[in-house]
Amino acid sequence: MSTWALISYGCWAISGILVLWMLYDWIKTDTKYSEAQLTSSREGEIEAISEKHKL
Amino acid sequence: MNTVNPAVASAPSERVSLLRVLGPVQIWALGVGIVLVGEFTGWNFSADKGGTLAALVVLWLVGLLYTCVAMIDSEVTSTVAAAGGQYAQAKHIVGPLMAFNVALYLVFAYTMLEVSDAILAGDLITQVATDSGATGITHNPFLVLCIVVLVWLNYRGVLMTLNVNFIITALAFLSIVVLFFSVQPWSQGTILKLGEMLTPSNALPYGWIGIVAGFQFGIWYYLGIEGTTQAAEEVRSPARSLPFGTMAGMMTLLVAAALTWYVCASLLPWQHLGITFFPLYDAAVVTGSGSLKFLLFWGTVLSAVASANGCINDAARAWFSLGRDRYLPTWFSAVHPKYRTPYRSIVFLMPIAVAFVFISDLNQAITFSILSGVLHYTFMSINIVMFRNKWPVGSIRRGYTHPFHPVPAFLLLALCVITIFAIFLGYGSQLVAMVAFYVIVSLWFHFYRYRFVGRAAQFTMPWPRPKGY
Repeated sequence: MSTWALISYGCWAISGILVLWMLYDWIKTDTKYSEAQLTSSREGEIEAISEKHKL
Repeated sequence: MNTVNPAVASAPSERVSLLRVLGPVQIWALGVGIVLVGEFTGWNFSADKGGTLAALVVLWLVGLLYTCVAMIDSEVTSTVAAAGGQYAQAKHIVGPLMAFNVALYLVFAYTMLEVSDAILAGDLITQVATDSGATGITHNPFLVLCIVVLVWLNYRGVLMTLNVNFIITALAFLSIVVLFFSVQPWSQGTILKLGEMLTPSNALPYGWIGIVAGFQFGIWYYLGIEGTTQAAEEVRSPARSLPFGTMAGMMTLLVAAALTWYVCASLLPWQHLGITFFPLYDAAVVTGSGSLKFLLFWGTVLSAVASANGCINDAARAWFSLGRDRYLPTWFSAVHPKYRTPYRSIVFLMPIAVAFVFISDLNQAITFSILSGVLHYTFMSINIVMFRNKWPVGSIRRGYTHPFHPVPAFLLLALCVITIFAIFLGYGSQLVAMVAFYVIVSLWFHFYRYRFVGRAAQFTMPWPRPKGY
């Protein structure tokens, strides 16, 4: 098997490992935290609370 | 004028939000990182449409278009500091239907640009393999690796993602500067032969209409600089960092575009310049220097990777914002409690990008990206006029106020109309198909999806009532 063929298989393997890792971490996170907490981000929070609008 | 959105003020203290860790350097890296690949490939097709001189004219005219974009964007975003960038602007200034369309322009423009970048990087690596004697090697594993590694990086945190982008973008930019000084630009005739390459007989081979036709590829010199605004919610000081990073990025790109045109126009005949996929790399090959060839090869690869990286970041923020406002299911608005990234949106868009790298070619992907981008810029010219009318200077705090209003807005609109006409000349059927797509999804949003949107909650900026309302 040529070097480039090995590199190609290596690319597939690394891609597969990273995808599996992300899926694992995703499931772990979704199991550990409630949906309300994960989706609790609000637009403009900093602007509204810490940087009160003044001219 | 001290108003706080009641919905926000009553928020629980354990909210998981995006992390505010970025500064002007990362903003520069995001904007220039997305765009710089356009100097390595793309802009040169304008020479095919109108000759080398047309490529120079569109460099300046499209540069003017993007300078207007950068100024207008800096003013509005320094005020509307939210993820989603122009989507959040449209939501507050124009209305929900425009905002939905703008978000789709953003997601399409960045996803298709990411696809183009991955194809470019994958093809380059495959070319190296083929040149070294390997047989049966396809670009598929390299395309997939490029996208998956960058998605993983984006998943793990925005600061590291954009720090990596800063390094690889700076290296790619440096390769252009090194090439420029290596060919002794101060001494025309020694290596550079602009006088021979560009003559009165071939400067504009198709006449002035060639300049108009060249607009659609001239966009590549700067396509994506407006992507800096997607990071608005992750910047420590949006009012300062966003205008500074965006304008510094625009200046960098103007310099890079000018250097690129000068070197390529002086080394490559327009017939070749207009069709090659790698103008800077080919210019390095013409010099006969192995070091420059090596440098520009890696400059091209790094610029493609940096662009794909920034595109993943921006497309995910736009998608995330749609979920947060219920324009799409709220499920997409989840933020990772540890990495503080919109992880579901990042991963959700990955298979879509991978599917497109397999089913589309480079030209199709580039055209769809440019089409969405130009529709988006057209919106920006209207948006700034409405913004200034509803909230005149002095009525709300602005981090930056762009000069000569409304001249940049009208100039931007005129240049966008010319560009859309140029796209119609070259890719009329794609333009019609894409506009039809946006009309259909707009109908879906208006008649079905909008009922799920929290209509009052989506307006989050603590601004006074607009003038005239």
